[in-house]
Parts: sequence; structure tokens; C-alpha cells
Amino acid sequence: MHIMEGYLPWQWCLVWFIIALPIVFFGIKKITQVIRENPEQKMIIALSGAFIFLLSSLKLPSVTGSSSHPTGTGLSAVLYGVSCTAFLATIVLVFQALLLAHGGITTLGANIFSMGIAGPAAAFFIWHALRRAKVGVPVSMFFAALVADLVTYIVTALQLTLAFGNATGYGTAFIDFMTIFAVTQIPLAFIEGIIFSMFAKYLADTRPQIFGLEPKCEEAASA
Amino acid sequence: MKITDKAFYFLGFAIIAAMVVGILAYGAANGFEFSGADDQGGDAIAEIDPSYEPWWDGIWGSYELPGETESTLFALQAAIGAIIIGYIVGYFHAVDKARKGKLLKKQ
Repeated sequence: MHIMEGYLPWQWCLVWFIIALPIVFFGIKKITQVIRENPEQKMIIALSGAFIFLLSSLKLPSVTGSSSHPTGTGLSAVLYGVSCTAFLATIVLVFQALLLAHGGITTLGANIFSMGIAGPAAAFFIWHALRRAKVGVPVSMFFAALVADLVTYIVTALQLTLAFGNATGYGTAFIDFMTIFAVTQIPLAFIEGIIFSMFAKYLADTRPQIFGLEPKCEEAASA
Repeated sequence: MKITDKAFYFLGFAIIAAMVVGILAYGAANGFEFSGADDQGGDAIAEIDPSYEPWWDGIWGSYELPGETESTLFALQAAIGAIIIGYIVGYFHAVDKARKGKLLKKQ
């Protein structure tokens, strides 16, 4: 989903920066507040961030003949919400833009919006809808991570369509960008969903309080 | 039928492995090169709007990292993530073990 350096007209770079930056700053504030109030949360925040680091570095092949990477934002979106995820995603995107020449500084705002805001917002919504419907943690997490991944790439396709659609018509441009980004992403989003589902099950079994579940009797006895 | 914990994790890894192998085999049969979707996005822009010129090359300019160095840096990024996850999972495990030990002593 990385829009490469220089590949977005500067007006659009500006627009996405203006939208993304306040959310990132709010995220910094929120994370500092969470850590100050509950220092034990530091570990879980680090864990959520580590998943973004790990998964967004894995380039996986897809059925369309190109390769792309998962986003890893599902866990953080579900546990800490959109703004915190936007901040964690920013760290990863800056790392990739500076060290890997992957993505870019000028397109950072647009990339933060797709990976750190739009995808996580969709995940957050799906997670809460499913949990309210009493769906289990692993299944809810599967769909949250899958949707976070897929929506990120759909939004990238949308961003490029908005910027370049007037040349050939918005419909054609959108189909082209969707084929490159979103269709490639479908199997990868599925894989990401499974990875997160397994980890969510592990967390729900060993640290149920993370998901707001009742601790098991053994832990309750020791508490 | 209730799925046991072990079966759940085994099934998860098995599906992922099967998908990756399946995609690679399908790609090999069709001669896919699996180039990055991000680069293809750039190519598509050139096709959709040929008049558009990327207006900045970024801090690295036109210099492209050698493939090996790029892989190293990607591996470094993955390692940072994996080390943190491994450390925390190990920490959780140790805390649980210590707590269980204390409980047994009490009984």
C-alpha cells in the first residue's frame, strides 16, 4: 500500500497530511496517557506495535503474480483504537521510508491514512460489532485483521484514483488500482487474519483480561 | 465437535503453509515474477496519466539499494518485531509459571 515517493501530486500529499497528522498526535497523547495510568499496559502496546513491524516487513506472493505485505494493525486497532494505531503505524512507515526507500516522506500522510487510520477504523468497527453479537475472540480477531488489511489497500486504490482519475476517467483508474492493490491483497489478508486469530486465542487463554474477559478460576484465586 | 487448542494452532499454521505453497506453485506454473505491488502501482500511474512526472526522488535520489542490502534491512525490521513478540510471550510464560509455583506451595 506504500505510495512511492513523488508519485502523489503535492496537493494530495498536503491533504492527506492535514487529515492524518492530528490523529497521530492524538494517538501519541492517548498512548502516553494509557501508559501513565496503567504502566503494565506498556507490554501490550509494545506487542501491538511489534506485530505491525513484523508483518509489514513480510513480502508475500499472491495469486495475481505480484507480491505485497500484510499490515499487522489488527491487534492494536482492536485493543487501543484508531489513533494509537495511527501513531504506531507512523513509526513503521517512517522506518521504511527512510531506511528501505519504501513508501516515502512526501507520501507519508497518505500512507498513514490508509494503513494507520482507515484500515484500523474498519477493524475497530467489525471487532466491536462481532463481540457485541457474542462472537468469540479468535473469530472476531480473524475478521478484524482481515478487514484492516483489505481496507488499507482499498483506500490506497481510492487515494490514487482521486489523484489520477481525471486523466482516464475515475472508473477505469479505480478498477486498475483495485486490481493491483486490493485483489492481490485478498489471500494475504486471509493469511493475516489467521495469524492474528491464533495469537488472539493465545492471549485470550493466557491473559483474558486484555480482551476484557473474566480471568480463569486459577488466576482469580491468585489475584 | 470441539477443536482442541493444539488442533487449532496446527490447523492455522497448516492453512497458511498450504496457501503460500499453493500460491507459489500456481505462480511457478504461470511464470509469475511476484514483483512488488507498490512498484506496479507506480507503473500503473505512468500508464493512466503518461504526462505525470514524479516530482521528488526522495532523500536517496535515484540511488537504489542493492537487492541484498534491501533484504537485510527488511529482515532487520522483521527481527525487531519478532524479538519484541518473543520477549513478551516468554515473559508472560515465566510469570505464569512463577504464579503457578506459588499457588502449589500454598496448597
